[in-house]
Amino acid sequence: MVTKRIDQPTGTETVGHEWDGIEELNTPLPRWWLYTFYATIVWAAVYVVLYPAWPLIDKATAGTLGWSSRGDLAEEMSAADLARQGVVEQIAATDIEKLIASPELMGQAISGGAAAFKVNCVQCHGAGAAGSAGYPNLNDDDWIWGGTLTEIQYSITHGIRWEGADDTRINYMPAFDGMFDAGQVDALAGHVLSLSGKGKTSAAGATLFAENCAACHGPAGGGMPDMGAPALNDAIWLFGGTEAEVKKQILAPRHGVMPAWKDRLDPVTIKMLAAYVHSRGGGQQAAPAQDEVAAETDIAQAPKAETDG
Amino acid sequence: MADNTELERRVPAAGKPRDWAGALGSSAPEIDAADAGHGFLGSDLYEKGKTVHNKRIDGSFRRFKWLVMLVTLAIYYITPWIRWDRGPYAPDQAVLIDLAHRRFYMFDIEIWPHEFYFVAGMLIMAGLGLFLVTSAVGRAWCGYACPQTVWTDLFQHVDRFIDGDRNARIRLDKAPWGPAKIARRSGKWAIYLVISLLTGGAWILYFADAPTLTREFFTGEAALVAYATVGILTGTTFWLGGFMREQVCIYMCPWPRIQTAMLDEKSLIVTYKDWRGEQRGSLKKAAKNPDQYGDCIDCLQCVAVCPTGIDIREGQQIGCITCGLCIDACDKVMAEVGRPRGLIDYATLEQCEAEAAGAPATPAWKALMRPRTFIYFGAWGAIGAAMLFALGTRTHTDLTVSPDRNPPFMLLKDGSVRNAYTLRLRNMEARPRDMEVALTGMPSGAVMWTEAVSLENAAPVQVIAVPANETKVVRAYVMLPPGERADSFSFRLTSLDEQREQDIATTTFAMPGNE
Repeated sequence: MVTKRIDQPTGTETVGHEWDGIEELNTPLPRWWLYTFYATIVWAAVYVVLYPAWPLIDKATAGTLGWSSRGDLAEEMSAADLARQGVVEQIAATDIEKLIASPELMGQAISGGAAAFKVNCVQCHGAGAAGSAGYPNLNDDDWIWGGTLTEIQYSITHGIRWEGADDTRINYMPAFDGMFDAGQVDALAGHVLSLSGKGKTSAAGATLFAENCAACHGPAGGGMPDMGAPALNDAIWLFGGTEAEVKKQILAPRHGVMPAWKDRLDPVTIKMLAAYVHSRGGGQQAAPAQDEVAAETDIAQAPKAETDG
Repeated sequence: MADNTELERRVPAAGKPRDWAGALGSSAPEIDAADAGHGFLGSDLYEKGKTVHNKRIDGSFRRFKWLVMLVTLAIYYITPWIRWDRGPYAPDQAVLIDLAHRRFYMFDIEIWPHEFYFVAGMLIMAGLGLFLVTSAVGRAWCGYACPQTVWTDLFQHVDRFIDGDRNARIRLDKAPWGPAKIARRSGKWAIYLVISLLTGGAWILYFADAPTLTREFFTGEAALVAYATVGILTGTTFWLGGFMREQVCIYMCPWPRIQTAMLDEKSLIVTYKDWRGEQRGSLKKAAKNPDQYGDCIDCLQCVAVCPTGIDIREGQQIGCITCGLCIDACDKVMAEVGRPRGLIDYATLEQCEAEAAGAPATPAWKALMRPRTFIYFGAWGAIGAAMLFALGTRTHTDLTVSPDRNPPFMLLKDGSVRNAYTLRLRNMEARPRDMEVALTGMPSGAVMWTEAVSLENAAPVQVIAVPANETKVVRAYVMLPPGERADSFSFRLTSLDEQREQDIATTTFAMPGNE
């Protein structure tokens, strides 16, 4: 069946097969092509020895070079750590309130803080740091425990009402359940809401507030960040600002808890987190001379912060 | 033989007294040496490599080839060294692909990443340009301007310079290895290597400041990628230009394949006018039987000078890059034997048929005049004109705004609402510029501030300094006092210089009940 012959018009030998009168000319590939093919085989053989190649039951052969993508990652991570080291040391050596004077360093700190925030903080405060009911919004200008870099850093380091951290920020509002009758609660809630222009005040409500609440929240409801007493005279309410929610908070206050991060994060990361939170739009400047101003008026009027409600 | 049509020549009717196999066998003895590889699976599967030793020739096409080679090589090697003053904020290299800063500089034109459509347009023009050239003058790209052709030509001149012309090179190839051959080969390969190094070296200069990179390259300070690129390009130039040569055109390059689909009977190609040439015969034979023989004296000069080692008399083939050297060779021979030139010539298949049928020879330029060429030219020119127009009318500022989505808005203590935006202010001038950003379409009382401007200085208009040649990213806050409402509004950008270029970016203002 195989009969090779020379094809007359082209002068080329046929491969010797014939299908319904159709024949194929034998036009061989160049030999370098063949060598290229051999080279790929050699390449594959060498590769199989050097690199992970054959799948086994629970892993693949390791290869004599010991290369792995995980190792690559570890190398890149340590290289990145090394590259960051200079900046990290600089941030560590800079007083946190001075950070803001150096836009370059502050920018680095904010970037580092943003990354740490995504890992550690978004679970409660949200990806945009906007919080939710019971979890403070970090973008606004209302700070329960103070909004300067130092105060934010302290809050992150020691946490809020965190058992086991000696220096944690802690306060408890008494539960007034059983101390007031329904009318008194109505009057008090009305007065509290009136502080921010929403409810109707009354003589009874004002009296109840002055006697029971003003010590911490201030006579005008301006709050007191030093002891974590939220401002009641603003538009921001941590546990909601309707009359029912305010009443609920008077009778059975809820108290948020934040872990003390000093045990889990290094001081530089905490510093960077403070810078990031501060940069979200509501950060406050440290007052240069606090002792001159009377505490009460300062808290009530300055654009500093307090919060909650 | 004068009545043969092109078609018949390619597929001779049965019984025609023409011995094609014999003609082939005698026409290219050096090339068609019985070199098929035996023994692989018992069949002739692979062909042993053959070297094309093309003979030196002079003529109009050769001179044109010299000219094109000179111009293209000069452009390639000299361009990175041309300086172009752009002031202190931009590089002074005329042509620079600055990958690190993502800028493409070409004389007065600076392309930014967002203007990549200019590059896309140039690529489309290059593609259409190949179509246009193919339609107008056939495979002229392959024959003259393709880098593979230019460098192969250059390396073949090196061969000629070191080893002598065709016959000397064939002899040397066959000669046993000895001191003389080793000296010649190593000398030749050394020159190959120098050319290859220069070729690979010049390439990287397009991607960084040429004088700096050259100094760094030789002092060992250049980036690893620079050395690797030069190494790879040196290797490929050495291999493709020194050894693979016509094999690239015949086996590797997709372009000849595409061209086989693009050529038609109206395309300008290099043709052997068989109706005039056949029956081939030496002068001696022709003198005895003048009626029996055509003009081709079978001197094989067309084969000897061919850089891809083909026989043009076999008709159109993928190995023919239409460089015209066989035309030079044949014209020279025809002049010597006193016959008219143009036995091998640029012509279309259609013209050949007409000529064979007795029509007078048509000048080759007439092949240019056809609708296809004009349509390609129109499309090519339209894209070019559109790009020039776009280039001439583009502004050198731009503002884009993206509102924060999480949180969409922020309620502040006093009940005012704050939105945060990321502004990107682009300054495409090579100098720093102050740009004014103003709120438009907002109720009075709305103010804006940025990280650089504190809340106390919030105002409806802010001036932002944008560095030269940069896009400045600014986080801006817009605050609406309590009681006011807003929905859609715009940031208006104005450059505070004599140009006063403007851009407007419209965005939304989110607030409670309108998120």
